[in-house]
Amino acid sequence: MSSRDRVLGRVRRALADVTPDERPYEEAVNRGCLREHGHRTPGQTVELLAENLADYRAIVHRGDAEELPDLVGRLLAGNGSREVLVPPSLPPGWLSAADVARLDDLAESTPHRLDQVDSVVTGCAVAIAETGTIVLDGSPDQGRRRISLIPDHHICVVRVPDQVVSSVPQALERLDPARPLTWISGPSATSDIELDRVEGVHGPRKLEVILLS
Amino acid sequence: MSGTFVGMPAFPEAARDAVRNPTLRGNLRHATHTIRAKRARAVAELDDWPALREAGRRIKDHTLRHLDRYLVQLEESVTAAGGTVHWAADADEANRIVARLVKETGESEVVKVKSMATQEIGLNEALLEEGIRAYETDLAELIVQLGKDRPSHILVPAIHRNRGEIRDIFRAEMGEWGRPAPEGLTDTPAELAEAARLHLREKFLRARVGISGANFMVAETGTLVVVESEGNGRMCLTLPETLISVVGIEKVVPTWQDLEVFLQTLPRSSTAERMNPYTSTWTGTTADDGPRTFHLVLLDNGRTDTLADQVGRQALRCIRCSACLNVCPVYERAGGHAYGSVYPGPIGAILSPQLRGTASEIDASLPYASSLCGACYEVCPVAIDIPEVLVHLRERVVEGGPAVRQGNKVILKPAKGHAAERAAMRAARWTFTRPGALRTGQRLASRTRRLHPRALPGPGRAWSATRDLPPVPAEPFRDWWQRTRGGKDGAK
Ligand code: SF4
Repeated sequence: MSSRDRVLGRVRRALADVTPDERPYEEAVNRGCLREHGHRTPGQTVELLAENLADYRAIVHRGDAEELPDLVGRLLAGNGSREVLVPPSLPPGWLSAADVARLDDLAESTPHRLDQVDSVVTGCAVAIAETGTIVLDGSPDQGRRRISLIPDHHICVVRVPDQVVSSVPQALERLDPARPLTWISGPSATSDIELDRVEGVHGPRKLEVILLS
Repeated sequence: MSGTFVGMPAFPEAARDAVRNPTLRGNLRHATHTIRAKRARAVAELDDWPALREAGRRIKDHTLRHLDRYLVQLEESVTAAGGTVHWAADADEANRIVARLVKETGESEVVKVKSMATQEIGLNEALLEEGIRAYETDLAELIVQLGKDRPSHILVPAIHRNRGEIRDIFRAEMGEWGRPAPEGLTDTPAELAEAARLHLREKFLRARVGISGANFMVAETGTLVVVESEGNGRMCLTLPETLISVVGIEKVVPTWQDLEVFLQTLPRSSTAERMNPYTSTWTGTTADDGPRTFHLVLLDNGRTDTLADQVGRQALRCIRCSACLNVCPVYERAGGHAYGSVYPGPIGAILSPQLRGTASEIDASLPYASSLCGACYEVCPVAIDIPEVLVHLRERVVEGGPAVRQGNKVILKPAKGHAAERAAMRAARWTFTRPGALRTGQRLASRTRRLHPRALPGPGRAWSATRDLPPVPAEPFRDWWQRTRGGKDGAK
């Protein structure tokens, strides 16, 4: 007997006492949970996002399309970055005012090469106000998972209010599970040493979020 | 479970040593109280918490009662997404599968993200026997591994170590495993974390095989989910060419939408955060992004035996948030090591004896490692009635009875009279000399008053056979005092 059959057989025998519940899943797990917590206007939702991002030590900036290139340039300069990693199709204007070398993320770039880069700039798929979370789904303006992981400084641009939802349930509805998703809430952190919070054990130590209106 | 724990003394002895260790007690107290208070705040932010908890319970129960169907569906979706599914009936089989998969890549080292399932089966030791080195990459697990030690908390496994000890371990051991600790390393947490970052990054960047567990698996889509804080999870899930995930069969949930419940309850219950810093989901393999080969090893190892127990099966709902540890008065004093298993605290006291059976002295004593105060039930985000299972398992230890072991029906013999009684009485004495534990114990006695038998179960039976048990008051005095006078704590 294969282990598969053995395990499934054990499961079935273990459940012999369970009276068949043929109610459909939707009915059996019918849940009265809220779709969002509290009522907010789109503007208030963006405010909450900003607040919760900051609470988890992301640095929040705001700007419109016109201001964006300068802002990105300033943030990169402020970080002392000499080289920035770029996903396959970042909107062309975003880095137009940045005085840094650009490294395109190519399939052949090794982790070692990416480790030499100072910063990365990406867009995002959706941002969750109630938790202060940005979600990347590997779209061309966000790139592969690794690029937002290895450099120590991540600048993420969120289009407000379109890309902002209130809650986790609303975010899941918008996301495609077939894509590789990365949910990011603040910079990498650990509290493993006497519960003191330390930022950046492995992921980027600095997360800057630009709310683009 | 892991060979690491073989030969552990039974809970009362191990606990007695732990109670005498002031570092351990101090750290534990600090940790459990800090997390506990923060958690209450994080939970209070969601006004539908009771609904979320109920939904979590229902989703897990529904999945467990149709577990065969959902596992088959999961296998199909993972396969369709480009992954390969393996089934392991027990620890040995899982270890053999993983060792074979690693060898097929030609590699002799792997990076690991903290996973209780792999710890449960003793994977690192098994791989070492096959000449494969497994590097733990979670900071706390690194501290534990370098210190040749065992984890003591689900969430903060190195909570029994303070910063000075960690610095000494890093200085002495890092060089043995890879990049040594920087010269002049001090004991500030930031410097220690930086040393770990440099040490581990070297490993991440060259690693070709990653091993993980998973917090959830979605049957409908074949998606796996890992929830973490540091980014070592992302490193292990992203950079290697081959990813092997070892996951208990109880981790499956039916639909993508189900995650909305657990991604709200897990972080808040666990680290008391609105959301943990990183959550990664992956569905099979994706061209050019992440590992090119993905293997999922579905692990039984006692889970189906647990499923066969009508009272005990609810333990399989556990999402390993560790909230029950942080409220447990016994755990707070005894520490995680006293439980002699990967799963410490209240959940460990019911899960380990079910996964492993109650043949050993440590497992037979675990159901007594509790004051039955009920705090663990109150905080559990999937509403596992831990006290109910504890009482059930105590009866099982003392009276024996039908059970399932490795898929076969067996009749357990009562634990040899004296041994069981000794274990129980030692545990009782241990609890009764600790007023905090006793106080909360009384609270449960009130809460479950209508369920109380006229006679004591288990070893108490002989004593109560000739006596009537005094009725339990509706409310313990201390609760009444707090409610009517104290007030401040009333909301907790
Ligand atoms: S038993 Fe409940 S509270 Fe304890 S770790 Fe599991 S889910 Fe969390």
